[in-house]
Amino acid sequence: MRFGLSDEQKMLGDMLNKYLDTNLTMDVLRQSCDESIHHNQKIWSGLLDQGTHTILIPEEYGGAGLSMLHSEVVSEMLGNHIAPVSYLTNAVLAPLAIQHAATDAQKDKLLPEIVSGKVIYGVGLTDVVANRENSSLEVKAGKVTGTSMFVIGGQHADKLILASPGTFILVDSMAEGVAIEALSTVDKTRDFAVVKLNDTPCEVLGAQGSSTEAIEIVLNAARISIAADSLGAAEAMFKKALAYSRERFQFDRPIGSFQSIKHILAEMVTDLEPCRSLVWYAAYAFDEVEDEVTLLACHSKAHVSEVAKNISRATTELHGGMGFTDLLGLHFWFKRIEVNRQLLGGPELQRHIAAAAQGWAPDAITAA
Amino acid sequence: MELNYGPEYDEFRAEVRHFCETEGKKTQSGAMRMGEHRPSAEAVDWQGKLIEAGYTARTIPKEYGGFGGEPDIVKSLIIQEEFVATSTRAGIQNQGISMLVPTLLEVGTEEQKLKYIKPTINGEMIWAQGYSEPGSGSDLASLKTKAVVDGNNFVINGQKIWTSSAQFADMCFILVRTEPEAPKHHGISYLLMPMDSEGLDVKPLVTMTGEAFFNEMFLTDVTIPITNIVGQRGEGWRVANTTLKYERGMLGNPGMSATGIRGVADLMRDETISGVRAIDMPIYRDRLLKLQGRSLANKYHGLRLLSNEINKEGFGVEALIVKLSATYLAHEIYSLAVDVMGEFGTLYDGSIYQRRKDWMRQYLGSFMGIIGGGTSQIQKNVISERGLGLPREPLVRLDQNGWDFLKKI
Repeated sequence: MRFGLSDEQKMLGDMLNKYLDTNLTMDVLRQSCDESIHHNQKIWSGLLDQGTHTILIPEEYGGAGLSMLHSEVVSEMLGNHIAPVSYLTNAVLAPLAIQHAATDAQKDKLLPEIVSGKVIYGVGLTDVVANRENSSLEVKAGKVTGTSMFVIGGQHADKLILASPGTFILVDSMAEGVAIEALSTVDKTRDFAVVKLNDTPCEVLGAQGSSTEAIEIVLNAARISIAADSLGAAEAMFKKALAYSRERFQFDRPIGSFQSIKHILAEMVTDLEPCRSLVWYAAYAFDEVEDEVTLLACHSKAHVSEVAKNISRATTELHGGMGFTDLLGLHFWFKRIEVNRQLLGGPELQRHIAAAAQGWAPDAITAA
Repeated sequence: MELNYGPEYDEFRAEVRHFCETEGKKTQSGAMRMGEHRPSAEAVDWQGKLIEAGYTARTIPKEYGGFGGEPDIVKSLIIQEEFVATSTRAGIQNQGISMLVPTLLEVGTEEQKLKYIKPTINGEMIWAQGYSEPGSGSDLASLKTKAVVDGNNFVINGQKIWTSSAQFADMCFILVRTEPEAPKHHGISYLLMPMDSEGLDVKPLVTMTGEAFFNEMFLTDVTIPITNIVGQRGEGWRVANTTLKYERGMLGNPGMSATGIRGVADLMRDETISGVRAIDMPIYRDRLLKLQGRSLANKYHGLRLLSNEINKEGFGVEALIVKLSATYLAHEIYSLAVDVMGEFGTLYDGSIYQRRKDWMRQYLGSFMGIIGGGTSQIQKNVISERGLGLPREPLVRLDQNGWDFLKKI
């Protein structure tokens, strides 16, 4: 019996950590954010070289055919370094949408293309879980008209996968009638867009109206991956708080010798470590325990969001005035955690869906 | 991630299951609450059967009355799982078995092991714990109850508090100061004291639950043989820490909250407020779901710690956090149950208006976990100092000029 990462999974994390430590310095990160380079091609090339983008793609399509737990390790490490790359859309959401919704012919064409690393995907899911603008897509005879809100990675994508109740469609971002409106959130490490379509040629993945289950699978993968990202970012903040409490002296003492500070750090780690266990199990359940996935994915996203929020607040506060400056850069982690919290539904919504999954609440607001 | 125990354990599980479904059905299930009373004759009889089968006292050597099995945490876990799954009565659990016996096995003399372990694990010899004093709670090592040597005896004088089980115990493992000149951690000895000794006065200490699981114990010239010491004179602190680590493990069982969540969810499906079930009210429901998220995190964290133990990977800070996390969580789960019941949740009279479970008693009783075995604040010191390597607070002394800081960080 072993609960936790295999040696191979640990190695994957260590390798990625080393790569990001060397290549994604604070200067590179700051430059990416300042210039709104949400998808840093140089960092992404390194990930492509390591093959991390093919983890969830089956071997028959040229992928590595590994587990969600492998992918969780990558998401956590990217969150730790708040990497400005579109791993979530290219390596998790697009491949899973294609695998679970598309026809064999579509898979044969699209999955090897992702493996080649030449295509960048944007994915729109918000309208099927947390629709705020009455946005919708109307698909008729190979054409689509309508709006998809908060499309993840929509600004720089070559192709877009957009969800509407029961259906995934694939659109070329250069196609006729596509208008992409940039959304600028507080988090400059990722981009979002409103995609407006007017009689635009599109391809339905699989058959129209037959992808309810596939959408649920993709949403669960998103919840687990976003939870892992926040977990990594929260861990990075906790480590910064711990280091600062040892090196910052006031009243001739390291501030980490004051119980008021020590106890905050103790509370942080007490909340953080069980989060890791929860997200690991949710990732394992994604592949192995089908009937528990929605419950665990929703709880992971909700619970990690709550813990990460507390840790990001406490870390900022513990650094005093410096924590509030742009100079120190803590705010980049704070903002990534905040956007993750809201992305595809905040904690209250996740818990509502988790309640519905146990028959404790009326049917959740989902694609179904 | 490999969550199967492996095929070699399937046979063992089947054997345990068979025992539960045959022998187990012949006895009544029924858990005894900690420190409530002595085990019944029936419980002692059942305990004998369990030891013989190797389902309790499993790794205690045969010569001391145990089963003499090899330590195997997976087998222990399978036993626990099967007993819970079949609602089979578990073996006796008390602090003699969980704290004193492991301590004697580690540091006791051969004579002590032969004399005390067997009757203790049989459930016939009950132990009280004599650690805390009115002036020595979190700073236990400052304890003042003293023992002086008089010929072949220790003569003990002082006062203890929170002495659980003292009202019916046969023996007490007690910490006393034997070397008053030595630094505080090096002047303590660990003694074994018969509870029928002369000069002992035990008074029940009623807690906020209205019950007296604990006692105050006054000692006046209590005389016991000098051979009743565990370890050497002045080594009592080290010996006691052997025991405390077992107590902390006992208080922080991460699986317990799952039972609480199930109970409150059941309550919320039954309890209606002006005709609406509590579970159908989003505000109550969201509180339940928040606690369920924490409970699940703790559940899988428990599996991770177990895995560390099985694979001998050692423990870091992730093991020190369990008690702090689990005890606050339990408090909040019971608090939700009381809130769901509203005014009726405050009833404390066993009347028919008190629905099903005694939630208020559990809510009040949850302080035993939060405070017992080191308060949450002490836990945070342990986590930050031992787990995160942060420095201790500097020492402070009050003299005639006010507070004097002794700059030792």
